[in-house]
Amino acid sequence: MTMLELKAVNKFFNGWQAVADVDLQVAAGELAVLIGTSGSGKSTTLKMINRLIEPDSGSIRLAGEDIRSQPPEVLRRRIGYAIQSVGLFPHWTVEQNIAAVPSLLKWPKARIRERVVELLELLHLPAAQFLARYPHQLSGGQQQRVGVARALAADPEVLLMDEPFGALDPVTRGTLQQELLRIQALSGKTIVLVTHDIDEALLLGQRIVLMDKGRVVQQGSAQDFLLHPASDFVRDFVGQSDVGVRLLGLDTVASRMRPLQPVSGEPIAASATLREALSAFVARRVSSLPVIDAQGQPAGVLHFADLLPVAA
Amino acid sequence: MRLHSRVRLLLVLLSLAAALGLPLLTYAPNRLLTGQGIALLDLLQGGSGLRWLALLPALPLLLAPWWRPGIWHERLVYLAALWLGAALWWLAGSEATLRAGGEDALARVSFGGGFWLLQLLLLLQLAEALQVLAGSLPRRVLLLLLAQLPLLWLLLSGRLDSLSLLREYHNNQDAFDDALLRHLQLVLFSVLPALLLGGALGVWAYRSARFARLLFPVLNVLQTIPSIALFGLLIGPLAWLGRQLPGLGIAGVGLAPALLALSLYALLPVVRGTLAGLQQVPPAVREAARGMGMTPWQIMLQVETPLALPVFLSGLRITAVQAVGLAAVAALIGAGGFGAIMFQGLSASALDQVLLGVLPVLLLALLVDVAFRLLIARLKGADDHA
Repeated sequence: MTMLELKAVNKFFNGWQAVADVDLQVAAGELAVLIGTSGSGKSTTLKMINRLIEPDSGSIRLAGEDIRSQPPEVLRRRIGYAIQSVGLFPHWTVEQNIAAVPSLLKWPKARIRERVVELLELLHLPAAQFLARYPHQLSGGQQQRVGVARALAADPEVLLMDEPFGALDPVTRGTLQQELLRIQALSGKTIVLVTHDIDEALLLGQRIVLMDKGRVVQQGSAQDFLLHPASDFVRDFVGQSDVGVRLLGLDTVASRMRPLQPVSGEPIAASATLREALSAFVARRVSSLPVIDAQGQPAGVLHFADLLPVAA
Repeated sequence: MRLHSRVRLLLVLLSLAAALGLPLLTYAPNRLLTGQGIALLDLLQGGSGLRWLALLPALPLLLAPWWRPGIWHERLVYLAALWLGAALWWLAGSEATLRAGGEDALARVSFGGGFWLLQLLLLLQLAEALQVLAGSLPRRVLLLLLAQLPLLWLLLSGRLDSLSLLREYHNNQDAFDDALLRHLQLVLFSVLPALLLGGALGVWAYRSARFARLLFPVLNVLQTIPSIALFGLLIGPLAWLGRQLPGLGIAGVGLAPALLALSLYALLPVVRGTLAGLQQVPPAVREAARGMGMTPWQIMLQVETPLALPVFLSGLRITAVQAVGLAAVAALIGAGGFGAIMFQGLSASALDQVLLGVLPVLLLALLVDVAFRLLIARLKGADDHA
C-alpha cells in the first residue's frame, strides 16, 4: 500500500526552481531517505509533505488522500516531525514537550501520561529521571531522543525527519541511527528522512532517493546505488573509490559465515557488518575469524575469501 | 592582621572622609537662607553620651576590612550598617529638635552633604554583606527592606519631625498626597497604553521587516525630542482639539498632553523589548511548533509569549522607571505630580521643598525597578526549577 505519493511536484522561490517535477512513492512501513547536497531540494520536498511549504504545482497524497483536503494544522498532527536543531520548547518539561501533539489532539490526561512514559522507555530515557527535566538539562543526544519521542507521540501515520542526527557527534549519531532502525522495525512506521550523509542513507534507507538541483536523479536500494549508479553524478556522490567497502557495509557476517570449524583468535560478532570484518582481517593480519552469536557462543567461521560475493 | 577586603577599606576611608570633612547637617535661621554646616564632631560634643553610644557600631565597620570572610562577620556588618544608618537619622532628628523644635520655630535643620554620602556608603556596606547573606534577589530585597525598619519607626514616632524636610512635608501634606496620586496616575496611564500599543507594534514589526524599517526611525526621532520641547509642541494641537471637541476634557495643558507625551516616550522601549523578545525565540522552536500542528494563535500564546516575556519585561522595566522620572517634568505643563512640589521649591529657592519632590520620585523609581526585577527573576526561576 502506498502511504505517500508525490506527483509532478514543483516549487519555485523567487523564480528559482527549488523542486522540479518530483515523483515519489513511499510504501507503508518503508523508510525512505532523501539525500543530496545542500540546495538540492530535499528539505523543501520534505516540508511540502506537511505543508510547511506549499508546492506551486503537482499533488501530494497521504494514505490516498490529497493533503490539501484538510487544514494544515490538522494534517500536521497526523505527521511526526523531527528536525536537526530539535526545537524542544525550552520553557516546557520533557513530559510537556512529548505531550505536545497529544495535547493538541485533546487526548485524556491519563492516556497522554501513559504514552509519554512508554516513549521515554522506548528511547532508553528512564521516565522517573527525565519526565520533569527541562531541555537545557539534557545532552545533545538526549534532546534529540526527546525530539524523536515528541514526533512519535501521537502515533502519526508518517514520520518526517530533517537531518535529525546531523548535529550530533559520530558516536551518539551511530547509537541513534541504530535506535531508529529498531523503532522502525518495532512500530512499522513510514519514515521519510532527509540527510546529506551517504553512509547514513546507505545504513538507514530501504529506499534511497538522490536529488540534485531539485530533480530526482536516482532512486532505489543501497545495492542499486552502489552497483548500478545511473550517472557519473551518482557515482561521484556515492564515492567511487569506496564502493566496495560500502557494499560490505550492507551485509552482516552472519550472511556469509561457514559452519563451525576450529579457528583460533579473537572472535567477531555475527551481527557485525562485513565492513567491520574486513577491518578486523586487516588489523589482526589473519585470514579467518571465529564468529560468535549474540549469546557469545561460537557460531561459525568467516574466511577472508568469503568477503567476495558469490557470482550472482 | 591581613587586609581581606579592599572594597571595604575603600568604603571605610570614604566614610571617614565624609564624616570628618563634610558637614553632617546644616542650620539656617529660616527656610530660605543657606545653612551653616554642622560637623559630626560638633554634634558629638554638644550632646549627651547617648550620641557616642549610638555611633558605637562604627567600630566593627572600621575593622571589617581585615576580617576573614565568614557568615557571622557579614551578619555583624549588616547589623552594624543598619544600626549606624538609623543612628544618623536619629542624631539628625534629635539635633533638629534641639535647635529648631517647636511648632512656630523659623529655624531649619537640614541634611548636609556628609549625611547623604554616609548613608550611601552604609547602603553599599549593606549590599556587600548581602552578597554573602542572601543568594537570591528576593532575599536580598527582603533584607534591604528590613534594614529600613528602624528609619520607619523613627519617622512614625515623630522623632524626625523637627527636620526641615519633615516640616516641609507637614506644611505641604495635602499637596504631597495629591502629588503622589497624580504621579502614580501619570505613570500608570502612560505606561499602560504604551504597553498595549507598543506590544502590538512590536509584534507587527516582528512579522514585517518593512514595517519595522518605517517604524523605528519615527520612534527614534520621538525619543530624541527633549521632553520639555515635546510638552510644548503638543500644547498647540491639543488646545485646538480641545476647542473642536469640547466636553472631553482635552486641553493644551494639564493631564492630556502629559499622558500623550509620556506614552510616546514609553513607546520606543516597549516596541524594542517586544521585538527583541520575539527575535530571541529560536527559529527551530517556532518551526517545531508549526510542524507539530500548532495554530498561529497557539504558537503565539503557548510558545512565543512565554519565551519573549522576560526580555519584554526588561524593556517594560526601563519604560516604567523612565516614566516615573519623566512624569516629574510633566508638572511644567500643569499636570501635577511630584514635579509640581519640586518646581515650586525651586522657584521659592527652598531646597528642602525641592527635596520633598525629588526623594519620592527616586524612591518610586527604585520600587518600580525592584518590583520588575523580582517579577523577571521569578519568571526565569520558574524555568529553571518547578
